[in-house]
Amino acid sequence: MLQAVGLSCRRGERRLFSDLNVKVERGKLLAVVGENGSGKTSLLRIFSSLLPPEEGSVRWEGEDIHQLKEFYSGQLMYLGHLNGIKDDLTAVENLMSSMALAGEPCSESGAKEALEAIGLKRLVHRLPSKVLSQGQKRRVALARLWLSTHPLWLLDEPFTSLDTASTAVVTQRLHAHLQREGLVVVVTHQEIALPSERLQQLRLAG
Amino acid sequence: MSHSSMWDSISGIIRRDLLLAMRRWSDAAMSVFFLVIVVSLFPLGVGPEPAVLRTIAPGVLWVAALLTCLLSLSRVFTPDYLDGVLEQMVLVPQPLSLLVLGKVLAHWVISGLPVVLLSPLLGLQFGLDGEALGVLVLSLLLGTPTLSMIGAIGAALVLGVRGSGLLVALLVLPLYVPVLIFGAGAVTSSMAGIGGEANLSLLGACLVLSLFLAPWATAAALRIALE
Repeated sequence: MLQAVGLSCRRGERRLFSDLNVKVERGKLLAVVGENGSGKTSLLRIFSSLLPPEEGSVRWEGEDIHQLKEFYSGQLMYLGHLNGIKDDLTAVENLMSSMALAGEPCSESGAKEALEAIGLKRLVHRLPSKVLSQGQKRRVALARLWLSTHPLWLLDEPFTSLDTASTAVVTQRLHAHLQREGLVVVVTHQEIALPSERLQQLRLAG
Repeated sequence: MSHSSMWDSISGIIRRDLLLAMRRWSDAAMSVFFLVIVVSLFPLGVGPEPAVLRTIAPGVLWVAALLTCLLSLSRVFTPDYLDGVLEQMVLVPQPLSLLVLGKVLAHWVISGLPVVLLSPLLGLQFGLDGEALGVLVLSLLLGTPTLSMIGAIGAALVLGVRGSGLLVALLVLPLYVPVLIFGAGAVTSSMAGIGGEANLSLLGACLVLSLFLAPWATAAALRIALE
């Protein structure tokens, strides 16, 4: 269970949100929606521990994440709105190095399977990422979802640049993760086609 | 946190940075060319008098090594900051300071090791004898990793700041001074026949100190940069 207790966030002179309370059970997806600049990404970064809140705390399974430290990092998979891939590496190399960095090394065949699962054909696997389209780069980053064993996924605009078919594939993957008692927090402007009992929405007013 | 996953993360970073350096070999080659050109300009400017060249050799070679290291500092964290890899790095379940150590090691292999390997050849241009060349190599072997360690702190502190190239030089150059003094001093002492052991020991002490302090300070600066 992920819980935000009395969270406040200020960026510069502007208060984005205050006294925010939300609780998400395992098996659920929290969709954080709101206008641009309403603090969605900041909230996701607070959930990830990249950004300390001005006030309040985030709890994972009842414990403050700042006390859990590296244990909490071992529970989460974070994908920001930057893809975290290197232009000079191929899709396979990028995926393998991301997973190795996360302490979950994968084989070349495992990386290729994940890339195929998200619809990147074999022809693309060996190309340097700099020649890929934005949508293909996003899919390389999202292929981590097929390899990650971490229960908590924090995703910032995962569907950006994706076509309809890829969006459906990623949504299916999120659904499968929720069915395995995973927990997902997604910052998005799009509707997510999941059963309503799996969905929870948080609207930030800004 | 298991030791194997910690090693996977650190070795993954080193492998990836070395692979990227091989793909963008022109960046590393430029640093080497810079070193060779700077060092080669001095005999042209000062004149071919062997005694003068031998006298200025330790200082010139060490300053050139220091500037070469400075030139490559922008490549330590900035690309990772811009493409989002740094966020991933901060969020892995391993101590960030150990991952920083892996990155600094990769940086040293790419920018410091070529300086060490080229130094005997460059020293010959200045008429250094065999013993002085040996001390020069040893001093650079001890000193260039320290330059990378100190440089990493500066590179992390200026992440995301406009005009960071100049700022990192202003931050880091004063901290490089002891390494420069001990490094050049080791070669000068050796040439004077009094041996360079004392200065080499001090360089070793700087390296040990930076190994313990720099990764921790760099990790703290990286976390602040990402907030």
